[in-house]
Amino acid sequence: MTPAVEVQKAWKYFGDYPALRSISLDVPAGTCLALLGRNGAGKTTLLRILSGLSNPSEGSVRILGHGSRDYQARARTGMIGHGIGIYDELSAAENLRLFARLFHVRDAEQTVQQWLTRVSLDRVQNSVVREFSRGMRQRLALARAFLHGPSLLLLDEPFTSLDDRAIALLQSLLADALKGGATVIMSTHQLREAMELATHVALLDRGKLAHSGERPVQMLADPTWLYRTYGDSQ
Amino acid sequence: MRFLRQTASIAAKDLRSELRTKDSLNAAGSFALVIIVLFSFMLDPTETQTVYELSGGLLWLVFAFAGALILNRSFARELPNDCLDMLVASPVSSSALFLGKATANFTLLLVVELVCLPVFGGMYNLSRWSTHLGPLLGVVVLGTWGVTVIGTMFSAITVNLRLRELMLPILVYPIMIPCLMAAMKLSTVLISGEAITGDDWIWLRLLIGFDIIFTSLSLLTVDFVLVS
Repeated sequence: MTPAVEVQKAWKYFGDYPALRSISLDVPAGTCLALLGRNGAGKTTLLRILSGLSNPSEGSVRILGHGSRDYQARARTGMIGHGIGIYDELSAAENLRLFARLFHVRDAEQTVQQWLTRVSLDRVQNSVVREFSRGMRQRLALARAFLHGPSLLLLDEPFTSLDDRAIALLQSLLADALKGGATVIMSTHQLREAMELATHVALLDRGKLAHSGERPVQMLADPTWLYRTYGDSQ
Repeated sequence: MRFLRQTASIAAKDLRSELRTKDSLNAAGSFALVIIVLFSFMLDPTETQTVYELSGGLLWLVFAFAGALILNRSFARELPNDCLDMLVASPVSSSALFLGKATANFTLLLVVELVCLPVFGGMYNLSRWSTHLGPLLGVVVLGTWGVTVIGTMFSAITVNLRLRELMLPILVYPIMIPCLMAAMKLSTVLISGEAITGDDWIWLRLLIGFDIIFTSLSLLTVDFVLVS
C-alpha cells in the first residue's frame, strides 16, 4: 500500500542553518501521526514542506502519490496553520464559499450550509468575521479546513489556545476523518489530547528525526515517555 | 475554465474585501485628488500650451503615486490570520492567484483614475482633454495594466519585508519607466486634442509590448516567488 506521505532525505536550510536534516518518513494512509518535538525542532518547517508552502532544499516529498505542489495533492489536503486562514472582512458564509470554490467542492452552497451548522455558526453566517469571538473564529477555521473532505490533514499545533468546545469539536472532526480513511499529521505540544487520536508518533530533535513508528503503549499512561527515551534529555 | 474560475474567485474576494473596508480606495482617491490640486499651484493656467505639454506627465505621476497605495495593500491584505498560506496551499495555481489579484488592483486603480481624469481636465482648464476620449481611455487602460502587473508582482515579492511600504515604490518605479514614458507621451498627445499619428505609434507599441512581456514574465515566475 502506498504511504499517504513519503519524505526521502529531506533537508531544509535557512541561510546556512539546517532546519531539517535528512528527514526520511513514511506515513501510512489512514493513520494519525503526532509530530512531536521541542520548540525549534523543525515541526512547522516539515509541515510547511508537506503542505507545499515551502520546497525542501534537498530530498523529495510525495503527497498522496503526487508532488507536494501538484494540483491533485493540494486539492486533497486540508491545513490548519498557526493563523486561522480566515478573512476578517468577509462573513462566515463568504469565507467558506470562497474556499469551497477554490477547492472545487460539489454542491458548494449545500456543503457550506452543512458546515456552518456543524460548527454552530449558521445563525451568524452573514456576520463579518471581525465581529466574532475567538472561539467562533476557531470553529470557522475548522470548517474551512474540513470543508472539502480532505484525504490528508496537516495540523500545526491545532489544540493551541482552543477553548473546550473547539477542542471537543476538533477531536470529533478528526475521529470522523480517520474513520473515513483520511490521514492526519499534527504537530503538538498538547500530548494528552494528541494521544487520544495518534496511532503513530514521530519525534524531531533539532531538525533530525529522533524516532518514528507506532505510538508506544507507554505514552498512554505517560505522554512524555517518548521525550525521555529518544529526546535530547536522554 | 478552472484557471478562469480561480482567477475570478480571487478577484471577487479582493474587490469584496476592499468595498467593505474602502481602505485603498479612500487613500488612493484622496491622495490623487490632493496631488492634482497641489500640482495646479505651480502652473500658470493662462499658459495653456505649457499646461498641455505637461499634462500627460502630471496625469501619470498622479496615477503612479495613487497606484502605489493600492498595490501596497494587495498581498499585505493576506497577512492577517496567515490567509496567504491558505491560498498558496489550496489548489489555486499561483498564476491564477496572481492574475486575480492583478485584476482586482487594475479595477480599483481604474476607478480612481476615472474619477481623477475629469477633475484633472477641469482643474487645469484643459478644454480639449476629451476630444479623443476613446483612444485616451485605451491608453489609460494599457498604462494602468502595466503599472498594475508590475506592482502586483512586487507586492508579492515585498509582502514579508518589514519596510514594504517603502520598498515597493523604490523597486517598482524604475521598472515602470518604459510604461510610464509611453503612457505620458500618448496621453499628452491625446489630451492636447491631437490624434496618434506617425512617430507616436512607437509609444503605443512599446506600451502594448511592455504589458505583454511583463504579464508573461510575472505569470511564469510567481510560483517561485510565493513558494519559499
